Amino acid sequence: MQIIENTKVYDVIIVGSGAGGGMATKVLADAGLKVAVVEAGPFFDPADPTQQTQLKWPWESPRRGAPTVRPFGDFDAAYGGWEIEGEPYTHKDGTKFDWFRSHMLGGRTNHWGRISLRFGPLDFKHKDVDGYGENWPIGYEDVKPYYDKVDKLIGVFGTNERLPNDPDGFFLPPPKPRLHELFYIKGARKSNIPVYPSRMSMLTKRINNERGVCFYCGQCSRACQVYADFSAGTCLIFPAQKNGGQVDLFVNCVVREVTTDGEGRATGVSYINKEDRKEYKLKSRVVVLSASACSTARILLNSKSAQHPNGLGNNSDHVGKYLHDSTGGDRVGFIPDLMNRKVSYNEDGVGGMHVYSPWWGDNSKLDFPRGYHIEVWGGMGMPSYGFGFNVNEFNQFFGTKVGGYGDVLRSDVKKYYGALIGVSGRGESIALKENYCEIDPSTVDQWGIPVLRFHYKWSDMERNQAKHMQETFAEIIHNMGGTPLGTMPGKDEDYGLKAPGRIIHEVGTTRMGNDPRTSVTNKFQQLHDVDNVFVVDAGPFVSQADKNCTWTILALSWRASDYIVDQLKKQNL
Amino acid sequence: MDRRKSIKSLVLGSVAGGLALHGCKPGDEGMDQMVQQAEVFYGRTPEEKELNAELREEQFFNVHEMATLAFLCDLILPASDQYRSATEAEVPNFIEFMAKDIPEMQVGLRGGLMWLDHQCNSRFGAEFISLEQERQHEVLDEIAYYDPKIPEEERPAAVNFFSLVRNLTLTGFYTSKLGIEELGYKGNMPNVWDGVPDEVLEQHGVAYEEEWLAKCIDQSKRNVIAEWDEDGNLIT
Repeated sequence: MQIIENTKVYDVIIVGSGAGGGMATKVLADAGLKVAVVEAGPFFDPADPTQQTQLKWPWESPRRGAPTVRPFGDFDAAYGGWEIEGEPYTHKDGTKFDWFRSHMLGGRTNHWGRISLRFGPLDFKHKDVDGYGENWPIGYEDVKPYYDKVDKLIGVFGTNERLPNDPDGFFLPPPKPRLHELFYIKGARKSNIPVYPSRMSMLTKRINNERGVCFYCGQCSRACQVYADFSAGTCLIFPAQKNGGQVDLFVNCVVREVTTDGEGRATGVSYINKEDRKEYKLKSRVVVLSASACSTARILLNSKSAQHPNGLGNNSDHVGKYLHDSTGGDRVGFIPDLMNRKVSYNEDGVGGMHVYSPWWGDNSKLDFPRGYHIEVWGGMGMPSYGFGFNVNEFNQFFGTKVGGYGDVLRSDVKKYYGALIGVSGRGESIALKENYCEIDPSTVDQWGIPVLRFHYKWSDMERNQAKHMQETFAEIIHNMGGTPLGTMPGKDEDYGLKAPGRIIHEVGTTRMGNDPRTSVTNKFQQLHDVDNVFVVDAGPFVSQADKNCTWTILALSWRASDYIVDQLKKQNL
Repeated sequence: MDRRKSIKSLVLGSVAGGLALHGCKPGDEGMDQMVQQAEVFYGRTPEEKELNAELREEQFFNVHEMATLAFLCDLILPASDQYRSATEAEVPNFIEFMAKDIPEMQVGLRGGLMWLDHQCNSRFGAEFISLEQERQHEVLDEIAYYDPKIPEEERPAAVNFFSLVRNLTLTGFYTSKLGIEELGYKGNMPNVWDGVPDEVLEQHGVAYEEEWLAKCIDQSKRNVIAEWDEDGNLIT
């Protein structure tokens, strides 16, 4: 098959349009560069009525929102999921890693939780504290100016609390807590766990005239039609275009590899157009990879040439290594004091939580390194598939019969509506070289591209942390006068620790460092081996922190993009 | 520009330069109309639309099974002066769809319906739907209750069958327009969240702290563009 070459030469090709790619698009296009964005999925705009799921009612879905098609339910904005037909991945040695991919403009930012936490000073140098993992080659002071700019450009609510490792920022004011969150505050404080307003990227207040203000439907996972929450398409790529930027979007185009010349420098990318199933080539001076940590590793490893026999940027043999996801554990509690609620008001609020607990513990007194933050959920949400299941099982706590039929079920539904609280821990795991993705030599996907094979095992460091989560959650639920549901997961279940990949914070596959022998990119996210290829997704993360990774992806992508502009000006690229 | 055509051209992998695609932007007059049109689609991709259409086309339950399900659903959520029934909310059709959407439920549902008729035939010489309501209650009373301390997989099959039908009936009803009205859920519409009403706080014995409230959004200023001093203090 002949490969079709486009004669246009771009300044920069950006692979992927999520947080990292979106930010690179915005910064590079604003700098006047000719940019091509190559996205594996379709165009997506939550303001497009044919793509909207926001403000739909459950009955508009024949499955009432059940997660049979989209893994987070029929109304979730993310296309894709843990499994994508025709695009498999495999595992090694019976280990497990669940890989969530969302192929669409904006990627996973269309449905994410919008929990927007800066890493703190400690998070960049944690090895200095406990000896685990590796330090970053940069510190908080390098990233702070970019966090500040991201806060102002995109908008995030929260509060300045002068906490040592949860830095202040430029926050919009947070919304007031909901009823169940007031219960959580009481319950957590009783165990000396501090609670603060959450930090999330929804606009509780206007930041410009282009984006709307939150109207409190609680459906950020469906993507906002007035652009009041952060998604890479609505908040970065569309504004870049609107600003007169030279941005060409290539959608439904799967990048196969980065192409190189006789000197081993990148010349552009080759991609498969999903519609005609033909291979195309695009040329550029610089290639920016932001396909997500694992997809970027896959592209690099598949970009083999005479100059790069081990894959592009992989002289160190570190591409794909140090893959790590956040730890995750959850517990749900039934809170009798939240029964018999008045349904007189709308408490949808913003999507997700109005309050949270950043890590409060002292690891020197615990049997695991690193911490976790606590997320909380509950309330009188919109019913969807699953609502009313086991409707009166809580009768068991009052010694009355469980089950039955007839109008009693109607009063049971109302009695227990909003009486559940969920608490979730999202924490830091230690990056290990033994946890990795690599190319599976015996499997290709439907585009003929060799797929990833994962090898991932949790260690006791994560298991002990998960145990701590479960003990803490049970205590908080009891403090609220509640009963934790189900049985506390024990050692045989890794204390409820979610399988790697389940929290969808995978990072580390192209980690940054000063030593080209033990890292893939330098501190500006430029491949050590190829100066005109950059990685701006979460691949360059050295460690994960007990924060969600998106805000740091955005700040670092901006920083790397500034560096690209500077280096192009100086004709160093 | 015809929006669907514009998307199609994008899907073809061609270059969509410039401002691809905003027929209208948020706040424009066309917005209401867009929202209305959107209800027809609920944001399906072409593949998803096709899947939904295929599932709707198939018929899983036969006429008798559908009739029996309708009886069961209305015994679970009956009509009265005060309430609307499960069948008024088209719950049996919802269960029919779910049986195709989650095929793992098929054997349990269909087998349960057969079991029910078998019971009724052997005890009363008639199928479930032909029995007087009193008899129907008699049969259901034996399978409608369970001990949650016994794991589900150890409960009698008939109990699990009825639990499944009850779950699907409740979920089908309370995710329907009638059910949500009955429940009284007030959300899923644009509004301005400004805290829990006082009488609700009082009912549940909690209160806001002044210090916490002082940090929260003053909703009267939500449309004033945010500005900060250099220390990150909001000044607008």
